[in-house]
Amino acid sequence: MKESTTKASKPENTWFDKPANVKKIIVALFIVCAMLMAAEFFYHKHAYFAAEEFFGFYALYGFIMCVLLVLAAKVMRVFLMRDEDYYD
Amino acid sequence: MIEGLNPALILIAGALLVPLIPQPARRFYVVLLPLVSMLQLVMHSHGTFAQLNFFDLPLETFRLDGLSFVFSLIFHIAAVLGVIYAIHDDDPIHPTAGLVYAGAAIGAALAGDLLTLFVYWELTAVSSVFLIWARRTESAFKAGMRYLLIQVGSGVILLAGLIIHFTESGSLAFNAMNLETIGGKLVFLAFGIKCAFPFLHNWLQDSYPEATASGTVLLSAFTTKLAVYALARGYAGTEMLIWIGAIMTAFPIFYAVIENDLRRVLAYSLNNQLGFMVVAVGIGTPLALNGAAAHAFCHILYKALLFMSMGAVLLRAGTCKGSELGGLYKSMPFTTVCCIIGAASISAFPLFSGFVSKSMIVSAVAYEHLTLVWLMLIFASAGVFHHSGIKIPYFAFFAHDSGIRCEEAPLSMRVAMGITAALCIGIGVFPGLLYAILPYPVDYVPYTVAHVITQLQLLMYSALAFTVMMLWKIYPPELKSVNLDTDWFYRKGATALLLPVSALTARSTESLFSLLASIKSKFLSVFEKTVGPGAWLSRSVDTAGMVTLTMGSLLIFLLLYLF
Repeated sequence: MKESTTKASKPENTWFDKPANVKKIIVALFIVCAMLMAAEFFYHKHAYFAAEEFFGFYALYGFIMCVLLVLAAKVMRVFLMRDEDYYD
Repeated sequence: MIEGLNPALILIAGALLVPLIPQPARRFYVVLLPLVSMLQLVMHSHGTFAQLNFFDLPLETFRLDGLSFVFSLIFHIAAVLGVIYAIHDDDPIHPTAGLVYAGAAIGAALAGDLLTLFVYWELTAVSSVFLIWARRTESAFKAGMRYLLIQVGSGVILLAGLIIHFTESGSLAFNAMNLETIGGKLVFLAFGIKCAFPFLHNWLQDSYPEATASGTVLLSAFTTKLAVYALARGYAGTEMLIWIGAIMTAFPIFYAVIENDLRRVLAYSLNNQLGFMVVAVGIGTPLALNGAAAHAFCHILYKALLFMSMGAVLLRAGTCKGSELGGLYKSMPFTTVCCIIGAASISAFPLFSGFVSKSMIVSAVAYEHLTLVWLMLIFASAGVFHHSGIKIPYFAFFAHDSGIRCEEAPLSMRVAMGITAALCIGIGVFPGLLYAILPYPVDYVPYTVAHVITQLQLLMYSALAFTVMMLWKIYPPELKSVNLDTDWFYRKGATALLLPVSALTARSTESLFSLLASIKSKFLSVFEKTVGPGAWLSRSVDTAGMVTLTMGSLLIFLLLYLF
């Protein structure tokens, strides 16, 4: 670690440090997601693929694939993870 | 503007003078030099210049057209931003190596024939390795050697390919090629190595995170995008590239999720973004090729911005490991904002640069009705937001407070980050500026209602997935670790294979030498018996005997003379 870095002596209280504010961000995300799902009723898709016609396709696909991505990556860790100094 | 003067030569020749110029003049010189050469490029008319004959081979060392212009221009912009970023460092290695490297990449992009391409291709390898070695650690030195071997290897394959191609076709011109001939295959392989195709990719993730803070920013811009340019020039419309690119978009993101070194995470996402460009080159329609060029342009900027922010973290906090960082927004608010702008751009949020270029590629795939490829690209788009868009800023600047308190990035770094961030937003808001310089006329509208809403759905629900997994503690924590990738085969596998071979070689050499030694001693003993000290041939006689012998022989000589 660089000499110029120091450790915080006491916990600070910035906006992000308060759990109530973090909760606000999460709630805001839920609201935005709900609104984006509701937006499905109000625009016309120029679909090139049958899958796109499915209600909320992009939202569901994004969510499901991200969960699968993370779960698959966790399984990969079992086989591929080594100590930090493995190559030294 | 000097007609026919290749801007690459201005840059390379000028860069070699950098170490001779004292500070503080050097600071101005290194920024002015790429600006002057950029002016030369922008003012120059299109066409083929600087033609010369090399052993009766016609070479076109300077070809300026729509495609080479976009790439040369963004290489110049990246060079300017890269040297500004490195100004705080008095070490002349970054501007010198960086500008020669940028000049080599520009020279390669402007090359009209394969031999000129080869010369600049190798120069990018040789000049860029100094940006890795500039870290001056043992692991950086070793990573630099591995990098150099692979990069120069790519050049050697290119040379072999171009010689075979020349004997097959009788031409050295660098135009559309195909995979029917051996020459064409070898040149394709050489491009593929630099483009980090799957299984040829790992030099990138191995070496870039080992370079210095400023070095990685410069490295991220040139080599791989030069390869994209070369593929677009030589192999546009090659169907195999669609599948290679689609795999490239998908597989690195799995690694990015579990990688701890945040600059290595960025190297994996660089690989993923190259995949989009390679798919576009494979489709080869004017929209797709415009998409590839536009995406390369935007990608160089936002990837540089992300590497700049992580470089600032590395400089100030002394580490780039996710497991040791967190809460840095308190110490580095400016860097945090720039990192988030880079993250929004790579994730292709509307109003950020990635959106206006990646949309072109995804639309080009849709127009061709390539369902599976399209599904892979959409997945990769969600995935890149997941690891580059959320993971990088979250674990570095937010997450749990690591307690590290440090200074904000130095002024030069903040200036470079600020300009790059402004460009990322500027292109996102005014895509027409970028579309105007693309190689083909653009008839494409990125901001339609359907486009914006579907993209926001994809991104926000990916963010939702991240949040839910964080809350339920499913998301894998950042751990001190390395993950095995294809570099294992040459860093461990080859060593394990070669150790018994070298032991066997040592043993057989030893027995060969002992056999030789015993033959030698036998020979010596025979030699000694015949001519050694005391042997009959070297026995000495006394003086009287000697005199008798001499007189006897003289007497015989006299008798012979008389008769």
